[in-house]
Amino acid sequence: MIRFTKVSKHYPTGTTPALDDVNFHVARGEFVFMTGHSGAGKSSILKLMYGDERPSSGDVRVSGFHIGTLTRDEVPRLRRRLGIVFQDFSLLEDRTAAENIAFALEVTGSRVDMIPARVTKVLAQVGLLAKAEAFPRELSGGEQQRVSIARALVNDPPILLADEPTGNLDERATRGVYQLLLDINAQGTVVVMATHNLDLVRFGGQRTLELRDGKLVFDSGVDVGDDA
Amino acid sequence: MNLLLREALIAFRRTRTLSVLSITTIAFALFVTGLFGLVALNMRSALRNVAERVEIVAFVYRGTPSMQLTAASSDIAAFPEVLEVQYVSEEEALVRARRDLVEFQEAYQDLEINPLPPSLEIRLRPEYRDAKHAGDVAERLHGFEFVEDVRYGRDWVERLDALRQIAGFVGLAIGAAFGLVSIVIIGVTIRMTVLHRAREIRIMRLVGATDWFIRGPFLLEGALKGLIGGILAAILCGVVFGAFEAGNFGLGMGLTFFGPLEVVFLIVFGVLLGLTGSLVSVGRHLKKV
Ligand SMILES: Nc1ncnc2c1ncn2[C@@H]1O[C@H](COP(=O)(O)OP(=O)(O)OP(=O)(O)O)[C@@H](O)[C@H]1O
Ligand SMILES: [Mg+2]
Repeated sequence: MIRFTKVSKHYPTGTTPALDDVNFHVARGEFVFMTGHSGAGKSSILKLMYGDERPSSGDVRVSGFHIGTLTRDEVPRLRRRLGIVFQDFSLLEDRTAAENIAFALEVTGSRVDMIPARVTKVLAQVGLLAKAEAFPRELSGGEQQRVSIARALVNDPPILLADEPTGNLDERATRGVYQLLLDINAQGTVVVMATHNLDLVRFGGQRTLELRDGKLVFDSGVDVGDDA
Repeated sequence: MNLLLREALIAFRRTRTLSVLSITTIAFALFVTGLFGLVALNMRSALRNVAERVEIVAFVYRGTPSMQLTAASSDIAAFPEVLEVQYVSEEEALVRARRDLVEFQEAYQDLEINPLPPSLEIRLRPEYRDAKHAGDVAERLHGFEFVEDVRYGRDWVERLDALRQIAGFVGLAIGAAFGLVSIVIIGVTIRMTVLHRAREIRIMRLVGATDWFIRGPFLLEGALKGLIGGILAAILCGVVFGAFEAGNFGLGMGLTFFGPLEVVFLIVFGVLLGLTGSLVSVGRHLKKV
C-alpha cells in the first residue's frame, strides 16, 4: 500500500535533510505508529504520503501513485483514496458536524441523494450520532477529533493518515480516539499514526517506526507481502 | 450547480463586511465610470449639435453663369469632405435676410438693388467638421475663378476643435485613473476574502477537491458581487441623471441617458471585474497550496 525506497527530503531552507535515506513498506491491513522526537521527520513522512511534499530523491508510492511525479491533477485523486486527520481537527467552524462530513462528499462530487445515509453511517461509527447538528465550538476536543475521523472515513479510503490526532486530547479522549482507529483498522483500513505518546505505543503493541533526525532508526515490524 | 451557489452564498455571509466592501467598491467604480460615460455621451451629442453648424460659404461673383455654377457644384460635392452643396441665388439670399434679420427687415424691405451676392453653401460630412478640413476645403474653393470670398467662421471652428480635444483627454485620463484604482481595490478585497478562507481552501484540498471545484464558488461569488455592483451603479447613474434633468440647468437642449445596450455593458463590465479579480486572487493563492 505504501512503500518508501531510499527517500530523502531536503527543504529549501533547511541545512540538514528532514529525511535521510528512509526505507519501509506498509502492507494491506497494517496499523503503524510513527514516533520520534520533535523535528524527527514524522510529519514530513506523512506529507509525502498525501502528496503535500515531493521527495528530493528516492521513490514514494502510495496506493499506486508515484508521489515524485504526481501532477497537480492527480493530487485530488490521491486524496480521495486517503483519509487525513490532524492534531488541530481542521473542521470548518460555521458548519455542523454532519455538514463538515457531508462537505468531504460534496467536494468529491458524490451523488447528492447518497450523502445523508453515508454521513449517518460514519457518525454512528464514531459514536456521535447524537451530536450531528452540533457546531465544532459546541463539541469537546475528543468529539471534534472524532468528527474529523468520521470525515476522513466517509469516502471509504483504503488508507487513513493521522498526524498526532491525540496531541490536544486528555488521556481518556486519547484512548477513545485510539480505540476508534483500531476499530477502523480492524475493518481493513491501513492506519498510519504519528504520535508523541509513548504510553500509547507501548500499550498498543502495534508496529512502530521510530525516526531520529530524519533517519529511520527502528522498525518493529516485519514486512509481509508485497502489494505497494 | 446548487452546491456551487450554496457555497458562494456561505462565503458571502461569512465575510459579510468584505463582501459589502467589494460590492461598494465595484458599484462606486462603475458609477464614476458611468457618470463619465454620461458626461462624454452628452458632450459628444452637444458637440455634434454645434458641429452641425460648421458650414462653408463661398460667395460668388455676380453674373456667373448658372451653367458654370451647376458644374462646379457637382465638382465640389465630389470632394471627399463634402456632404452637400447648395446654391443660394441673390434673390434667395434677400428673402432669407428679410426673414432672419428681423432688425434690418425695414432696411431690406424696399431696396432697389439687391446688395447680397449669390453663394454656394457647403456642409461637411460629420467626421470632417474641424478646422483643418474646413480650411482645406476653403482653400480649394478659392481656386475657382468665380469665387469672390470664402467664409467659415475659422475662429469658432478652431475653438470647437480645442474643446473636443480637452473633453476627450480629460475624459480618458479620469476614466483610466478610476478604472485602475477600482481594479486594484477589487483585487485587494478579493485577496483578503481568499486569505480569510485560506483554512477552508486547505481543508478542501485535503479532502480531495479539484482546483476548479475550489475556484468555482469564488468565481461565482466574484461574478455575483460584480453583478450587484453593476446594477447598483446603473441605478445610481439613473438617479443622478434624473436629478440633473429635473434640475434643468438651462442647457437649452435635451440630455441623453444610456441606451439599454450601454446599461447592459456597464453591468457586464462589473461582472467581468468581479470575475477577473477573483480568478487572479484565487489562482495566486492556489499556486501556493
Ligand atoms: N516546510 C518546511 N520548510 C523547511 N523546513 C521544514 C519544513 N517542514 C519541516 N521542516 C523541517 O524538517 C524537519 C522535520 O520536520 P517534521 O515536521 O517532519 O517533524 P516532526 O517529526 O513532525 O516534528 P513534531 O513532532 O514537532 O511535529 C524539522 O527540522 C523541520 O524544521
Ligand atoms: Mg509533526
